[in-house]
Amino acid sequence: MRKILTLRRHPLLVMGVLFFLLIIAFLICLNTGVAKLTVTEAIRTLAGMGSDKDNLILFEFRLPRMVIALLVGAGLAVSGAVLQAITKNEMADPGILGINAGAGLAVILFIFFAHSSLTDIGTLSVYLMPVFALLGAILAATLIYIFAWKRGITPVRLVLVGIGVNAAFNAIIIIFQVKMNPEDFMQATIWLSGSIWGADWRFVLGILPWIILLIPVVLIKYRSLNVMNMGDKIATGLGVKVEKERMILLLLSVALAGACVAVAGNIAFLGLAVPHLARKLVGAEHQVTIPTAALLGALVLLLADMVSKNLMAPSEIPVGLVVSVIAAPYFIYLLMRSN
Amino acid sequence: MAHNTRTQHELTRQQAGPYLGVLTLVLGLVLLVLGFGLSVAVGATDISLKTVWDAVFHYNSALTSHQIIQEVRLPRAIGGALVGAMLAVSGAMMQGMTRNPLADPSIMGVTDGSALALAIAFAFFPGLSYFSQMLLSFVGAGLGVVLVFGVGALAKGNLTPVKLALAGVAIAALLHSLSSGIAIHYEVAQGMSFFYAGGLVGVNWTSIKLLLPIFIIGMILAFILARAMTVLTLGESVAKGLGQRTGLIKGFGMLTILLLTGAAVSVAGTIGFIGLVIPHITRFIVGVDYRWNIPCSAVVGGLLLVFADIGSRLINPPFETPVGAITAFIGVPIFLYLTRRVGRGL
Repeated sequence: MRKILTLRRHPLLVMGVLFFLLIIAFLICLNTGVAKLTVTEAIRTLAGMGSDKDNLILFEFRLPRMVIALLVGAGLAVSGAVLQAITKNEMADPGILGINAGAGLAVILFIFFAHSSLTDIGTLSVYLMPVFALLGAILAATLIYIFAWKRGITPVRLVLVGIGVNAAFNAIIIIFQVKMNPEDFMQATIWLSGSIWGADWRFVLGILPWIILLIPVVLIKYRSLNVMNMGDKIATGLGVKVEKERMILLLLSVALAGACVAVAGNIAFLGLAVPHLARKLVGAEHQVTIPTAALLGALVLLLADMVSKNLMAPSEIPVGLVVSVIAAPYFIYLLMRSN
Repeated sequence: MAHNTRTQHELTRQQAGPYLGVLTLVLGLVLLVLGFGLSVAVGATDISLKTVWDAVFHYNSALTSHQIIQEVRLPRAIGGALVGAMLAVSGAMMQGMTRNPLADPSIMGVTDGSALALAIAFAFFPGLSYFSQMLLSFVGAGLGVVLVFGVGALAKGNLTPVKLALAGVAIAALLHSLSSGIAIHYEVAQGMSFFYAGGLVGVNWTSIKLLLPIFIIGMILAFILARAMTVLTLGESVAKGLGQRTGLIKGFGMLTILLLTGAAVSVAGTIGFIGLVIPHITRFIVGVDYRWNIPCSAVVGGLLLVFADIGSRLINPPFETPVGAITAFIGVPIFLYLTRRVGRGL
């Protein structure tokens, strides 16, 4: 316990170590896979002096997928951290609240009506998908907000309503899923389990603006997050317009989750477990919690994606399942230790 | 949480329990009989209610419609009623024992445990008999519960409802990801999709024969435990103070839940929301007295599933819509209404 307490006084150190680990993980990921590259080969290729084959493997296959893993990991972790702060609930997570399901439904509907098949996705669709996912996520969030509103929002009611909305969206998804042919059904199952399926640069461009715009905005709002974490009454007493701030922050969190779901499906548990770990490491002051959660989320998803690609190569396991298998036991461990 | 803070309103409601309870039971059973008739009549071939009557009381094996009724429709209707009742009662007991209004077999790792067992069975031992599948489903459900309560109990400090819920969510996620991993890798996902969506398609007389004894044992256990359950909702320390052996009661309660859910899940897959919503509805009608709550939950739960099953055949004929989706559509609005209504205390 004492070790953790001292760490809390040095959040910059924690972030530094995480950043260092992220770089190491990045380098390891660069040269693992079905085709092997040595570290020097990988670095030389990165510097623009590689062979054609190395260039192809690195720039067309591996790098985009890794970048997506980093962005999605950071996005989901920050989204979860914000939700947990504004609902004051440790169980809040875009997955549990139905926001991911809303985004998932929108994407499934888009593909169901705009394409005959899930495996053939055009370039325009790649850019449109995050937008649709976002619309679905906002729809889910709006429904949650409307149903939870009764002379203001209480955090507990928000979570309860979220669980209900999640069940409803999942029911609609199932109905569309059973209408698909067997191949699409399989694809949809894998995607809904969370999988970085479209790993090329178009997808990176599709998600990048969302992540690099929205995370800094969340960071600017750190004061509201800190104060809201103390409870509505204290926050109001300290002069925060609680309802307005909560709505803005909810929207930010929803947008992040939506963009992530569009490219990586419904990755459960990352948004729940990573903010817990981040608070454990650096405390609940969000100017440090948010960046730590972002770094940790990126690290976890990068490693999980590496495992999912290589554990049973050449066949892949959806990365969302790997995340659950890694994060759930850790979460249980945290639960057993906490008083 | 909601039902722990007894308001005056709820106390008076509790006094009214017997009358409303009898009314609910009688009305529920009448509707259930009607539902049976409809359930047998509606489907890919429409059969008139008179033929249904004849098929049951003057069976003639030469008629195709009589055969359909006897071999397909009737077991399905009975299975629906049994499964619905089992899920609702185990939900009611779970909510009482954990004092958590959101407890539900699917949240507590029970259904995901049995899904994992079935995934392993489908992937590695294809062609298992119905009976062995059900047995495995029990083992899996038991594993899920033991894990959830084990984690909850090993945690430092008291086993609070929140801690138990968190443990349930985490264990369920872990088991779920393992089973879908197996299902996807061994390409048995579509074979298992009925399980995740839930459905009564596969119910036949063999499954009823397996289901019925467990239903009877589970219900008897639940009735015996009912009075103790009511005391337990007052809180564990109060129950202890009143001389209750809470450990024993909780142990038997867990056993009952395991029997009921394990059997129901093995026959009909993960049908969500019945175990969560029905106990809230009956608590709204008859109050927290479990001697009334448990029979009413059984009847209303059976009723909901029988009608949801009829719906699943009517929405998109000749295809069947997963019944779990329909119970969700019925359950979600009620659930949202309840969260707003009890919301005052939250």
